[in-house]
Amino acid sequence: MNNNRRTFLKAGAAAGAFTLVGFPHIWSKNSSLAYAQGGEIKVGVLFSLTGTTAIIEESLNKATIMAIEEINAAGGVNGMKIVPVIEDPASDPATFAEKARKLVLSDKCVSVFGSYTSASRKAVLPVFEKQENLFWYPTLYEGRECSKNVIYTGAVPNQQQDDFVPWLVEKFGKRWYLIGSNYIYPKEENNYVKKLLAGLGAEVIAEEYVPLGHSEFSSVINKFRSEKPNVIFSTVVGDSVVALHRQYRAAGLDPATMPMASLTTSENEVAAMGGDAAAGHFTSAPYFMVYDSPENKKFVEAYKARWGSDKVTHFVSESSYFQVYLFSQAVAKLAASDIGPLAIRDAVKGEQYKAPQGLVKVEPSNLHCWLRPKVGQAQSDGQFKILKQSADWVEPNPYSAYPDQKCTEEGLKQI
Amino acid sequence: MDFVVSQILTGLSLSSILLLVALGLAVIYGVTGVINLAHGEFVMLGAYCAWMLQTQFGWGLLASLVPIFILIAILGWLIEVLVIRHLYDRPLDTILATWGLGVMIQQIVRLTAGGELRYVQMPPSLSRSVNILGATDSAYRLFVLGVALALFALTWFIYSYTSFGLKLRAITQNRSIASCFGINSARAYRLTFAYGAGIAGLAGALISPLKSVSPEMGTTYVVDAFMVVVLGGVQSLLGTLVSSGLLGEISGLLAYYSNDTIAKALVLLAIVIIIRFRPQGLFAQRVRA
Repeated sequence: MNNNRRTFLKAGAAAGAFTLVGFPHIWSKNSSLAYAQGGEIKVGVLFSLTGTTAIIEESLNKATIMAIEEINAAGGVNGMKIVPVIEDPASDPATFAEKARKLVLSDKCVSVFGSYTSASRKAVLPVFEKQENLFWYPTLYEGRECSKNVIYTGAVPNQQQDDFVPWLVEKFGKRWYLIGSNYIYPKEENNYVKKLLAGLGAEVIAEEYVPLGHSEFSSVINKFRSEKPNVIFSTVVGDSVVALHRQYRAAGLDPATMPMASLTTSENEVAAMGGDAAAGHFTSAPYFMVYDSPENKKFVEAYKARWGSDKVTHFVSESSYFQVYLFSQAVAKLAASDIGPLAIRDAVKGEQYKAPQGLVKVEPSNLHCWLRPKVGQAQSDGQFKILKQSADWVEPNPYSAYPDQKCTEEGLKQI
Repeated sequence: MDFVVSQILTGLSLSSILLLVALGLAVIYGVTGVINLAHGEFVMLGAYCAWMLQTQFGWGLLASLVPIFILIAILGWLIEVLVIRHLYDRPLDTILATWGLGVMIQQIVRLTAGGELRYVQMPPSLSRSVNILGATDSAYRLFVLGVALALFALTWFIYSYTSFGLKLRAITQNRSIASCFGINSARAYRLTFAYGAGIAGLAGALISPLKSVSPEMGTTYVVDAFMVVVLGGVQSLLGTLVSSGLLGEISGLLAYYSNDTIAKALVLLAIVIIIRFRPQGLFAQRVRA
């Protein structure tokens, strides 16, 4: 019986294989022609152009569009043009999901580039997992995700913190004050920094969260004064970060002895708070606008020429830009008839690209990127001064705060 | 000692901002009975005026204060003439109309000035810290406190000691009888609305160096302002002063001992309980409806 069943299965598999080999048109034509039709490859671009996060997401939209235009101007991918389908999800997670569904199901996009906040990523995730499509997420984020339908090109906690935290401890001291906005991202970053600090023998004197959008920091600053931490590790985001920096400065505190260390304060935030309020504080990121590389020079010049000379580039717009190139390299490896979301995902594994920040690579196991973290100090002219660079690219580990879990090619594994 | 002083100063600073944003609302609501949901947008416009005068014309914040008061007061006057005046006896409609105005103002600012966060430079003479009884505080925050108290005193003076204030009090007591005695209540309402709007604009300009300036900033302040006015008692200026002082000190203290998230929740809870047992607010004036 057992034997019979085995033989039957074998026969079935052989028949299936034969079908695939023998009549390839039945399978490949239907599925692939929808994705690469008439010399065009449709991709979705899903960044908010209105609503509360529109300010930052507009810059990501611009970087994405610019990369697509550059690739098309240089002849496209194997002669095919990339055609962006732009949707505006209006900073609302529910709209994100709805627009993602539209891009995948009705526009038949082969991939979608988009979103900035973790809330919006979580909202679109089920769409891409259920429809077996591919989402490209450019933002640094808290990690702890292991989707097989997302390529993550932003940094995860270990990439931004591993070099940064020991350097700060050595330079400024061991008393750390953790202040963040009250949601998932700061809490996960703090989970990891607490682990690092414990290993370094440093002390967390306070861990505090303020409501999202909070703008009155006088009590917090009062505590800075009385606790006298060596480093203020800030994961405050949005307009709160502007209020925190401006009130810190108004209170007459000195970044030379009590600097704020941030993972989210980019050129964009500095422009919003004014260079005088940002000067002296530190940020760890894979990319700064002033980074000296031929690729970055070209990127910044092209960005200003395309969108206006007063515009700044920052680490999320940079990853929005290079992820389109990773996409085009992966597509270029495929025959036109094979192009599809999962084929692109498999083709992009291990793919390298010389981005403005330096050479980056997609890690095959967890689909995050090997990046090149740097430490920058904000200057009063609104730019950063790069003080330190990681010796080599740093492997992404989305579960760095959870040593018993690991993201592998098969999915999340408990160790 | 210096801890106690710095804690009191922190509370006072919170209070002064609350008082600034609530004063205009209290004046308008107390006299005209209009629930002005566009109040936050007047605050926002004040902040944007400060930003514009600074970036376009190079004016310092201190020099811009009076022009900003006048500009926003004129805007308030216009809004009263064009919209509010037609809706005085329809409280629900005024809520809807002022809310709609608020949305429009927000979007107009977004379309013209852009959605980016902005900031306003602090006056150089005030961007330092000062020592008070061993505690350090920002000179600018003390300046804001001073201005808030001065504005309150001015409003109090107008209300209590001028003939215009006497008319206002008469109108507040009973509008139709006051009109029978020859008081031009329409004019008084218009001036009150303009004055309240001007103070809101001034509040926005004063807080702009401490906070970020964005088209949506008004929404949080209108909530704070309502909290102060409702707790203080809607027709009492003194109530507004006391309740902003109380709310500022309490939330400062709670935020110091726990954090701002808990402080905000506890303060709101306390207000809910107080309103449950004293719906007229802490200081209620007896008024004939």
